[in-house]
Amino acid sequence: MTFFHDSMVVFRRQLRMNLRNPAWVLIGVMQPVLYLVLFGPLLKPLVASFPGGADNAYTFLVPGLLVQLGMFGAFFAGFGLIGEWREGVIEAERVTPASRAALLFGRLYRDLLQLLVQALILVGLGLAMGMRAPIGGVAVGILLTLLIGGACAAASNALALTTKSEEVMAPVINMVMMPVLLLSGIMLPMTLGPGWLSRMSDFMPFRWIVDAVRDSFTGELATSHLAWGTGWAVVLSALGVWWGTAVFRRENA
Amino acid sequence: MITARGLVQTFHTRQGKTKTEVRAVDGVDLDVAEGEVVGFLGPNGAGKTTTLRMLTTLLRPTAGTATVAGYDVVREAEQVRRSIGYVSQVGATFSGALAGDEVSDHGQLYGMSRADAVRRGQELFEQLDLEGLWRRKCGKMSGGQKRRLDIVMGLIHDPTLVFLDEPTTGLDPQARANLWQHIRGLRERHGATVFLTTHYLDEADALADRIVIIDKGRIVASDTADNLKAQVAGDLVSLEIADTALVTSAAERLGALAGDVAIDGRHVSGRVQRAGRAVPGLMRDLDAAGIALDAIEVHRPTLDDVFLTLTGRSLRDAEADAQADAEAAEVADSEAGRTDAGEQAPELEGATR
Repeated sequence: MTFFHDSMVVFRRQLRMNLRNPAWVLIGVMQPVLYLVLFGPLLKPLVASFPGGADNAYTFLVPGLLVQLGMFGAFFAGFGLIGEWREGVIEAERVTPASRAALLFGRLYRDLLQLLVQALILVGLGLAMGMRAPIGGVAVGILLTLLIGGACAAASNALALTTKSEEVMAPVINMVMMPVLLLSGIMLPMTLGPGWLSRMSDFMPFRWIVDAVRDSFTGELATSHLAWGTGWAVVLSALGVWWGTAVFRRENA
Repeated sequence: MITARGLVQTFHTRQGKTKTEVRAVDGVDLDVAEGEVVGFLGPNGAGKTTTLRMLTTLLRPTAGTATVAGYDVVREAEQVRRSIGYVSQVGATFSGALAGDEVSDHGQLYGMSRADAVRRGQELFEQLDLEGLWRRKCGKMSGGQKRRLDIVMGLIHDPTLVFLDEPTTGLDPQARANLWQHIRGLRERHGATVFLTTHYLDEADALADRIVIIDKGRIVASDTADNLKAQVAGDLVSLEIADTALVTSAAERLGALAGDVAIDGRHVSGRVQRAGRAVPGLMRDLDAAGIALDAIEVHRPTLDDVFLTLTGRSLRDAEADAQADAEAAEVADSEAGRTDAGEQAPELEGATR
């Protein structure tokens, strides 16, 4: 049980520091909210022409924004870790008998809690603006978002401890973000484009997750999209956690 | 308390395409008995911090073995961690967090209950003159307070062995003297064995029962400060001659007592065995020759002299060398990790677990 105890100690410490500066939670949710308010109306006249899926612009857009929040919000989670590392906190934690994985997981709990709060704000706002989605489907969608958010947060923490520099980490994240954003169909469905583009996006795991969340929001829980998306989300979070734990365990971190 | 045999740590640095292997620690043997205060002295880049990181389980040795507090640092890392306190030179607390929270959380990572950690932490705050700072932000503390907070973090679980890495680097003289008192208290009050690294000679001299000197990754000496100083040939006598014309003549007279006499402007100096006995004769001699002095100084050998005798370099020169090496390595290896005050710590490739 020491793993759970240790990770809760780390979690409480992280949460306390976050609550001291709650502005970050709001800044994180600002971006998807702006998309919802300023981009959503543009989709309204177009959504009818999207092949399959939703006929409601917000039922289409909110799932994409959820995944975007899960990916990109979490990608930035590692920046705080660099500051902590620089001040010797990570080394001080590593010299205690605490489980190395707990040092990572305590931080992931914080990132997931933050993501959950942001997701609920986003969904609430979507509902207020006219989104229609069954509660069960929304729950599944948020669960997928948390899975992918956990994967990205773990990867971000691992990247932070590997690069140990904001200046190196920021361009790396940007480099990863651009193709992910463009090939995931977050703003518009990939099926709208030519065949080659759609084929390329087939190789983008996040695209499947976006489709899965979208399906779950329409209430269809038995689709192949959902199977693929869930599969990818599980695989990616396993990879993220494995990488993150390996980095915390490594001697010179 | 500590037994190390043949500890080696190699780093790989890239210089263009050629990879070079740097032996940061190159076969270190160490023995520290219970209750001892040992000063680990050496220039920056000599391998002090790297050795310390191996002994504290933060870095896996490339070769060699070490037993710390009765446990093997590789196979029984967790028990080692339970038994030792480590005060690193970079600190242990986040500037945005409250001091008391950091201490209590740190204690809980050792498996203490929150109540125990808080009680013990507040006791330590009192002992280390940090009363009233429990709810202060770590970033708002003075340099001296911050170092003492780091020591509280290292002592929270009552370790039997405490490692201090460059404890007083960057402190003003007053804060330094104050911290020395607290470091002495580690043994007197807590009965802890203390292993501290420093590149300040006076610090090792003032605090340690025994001094271990490391240079270029190897131990070059291990003895008490007095015994080490006894290896240096004599006390340094320096004369300041009033009349420039008489400098050579004064040098000849000092030369009768000392081996190598150095002349620098109006200053003449040389090492004299048992200066206390020899100087009165020298004074009479100079007086008889009509050589007037502006000043005379007698210096007992310092650890700097010891380092010079042992390695042929002064500690300051050794630092300059190490700095140049570290800078070269930094340029060569952009992935270099944190260089601990010049300590060379490039990306580790040889020892990934």
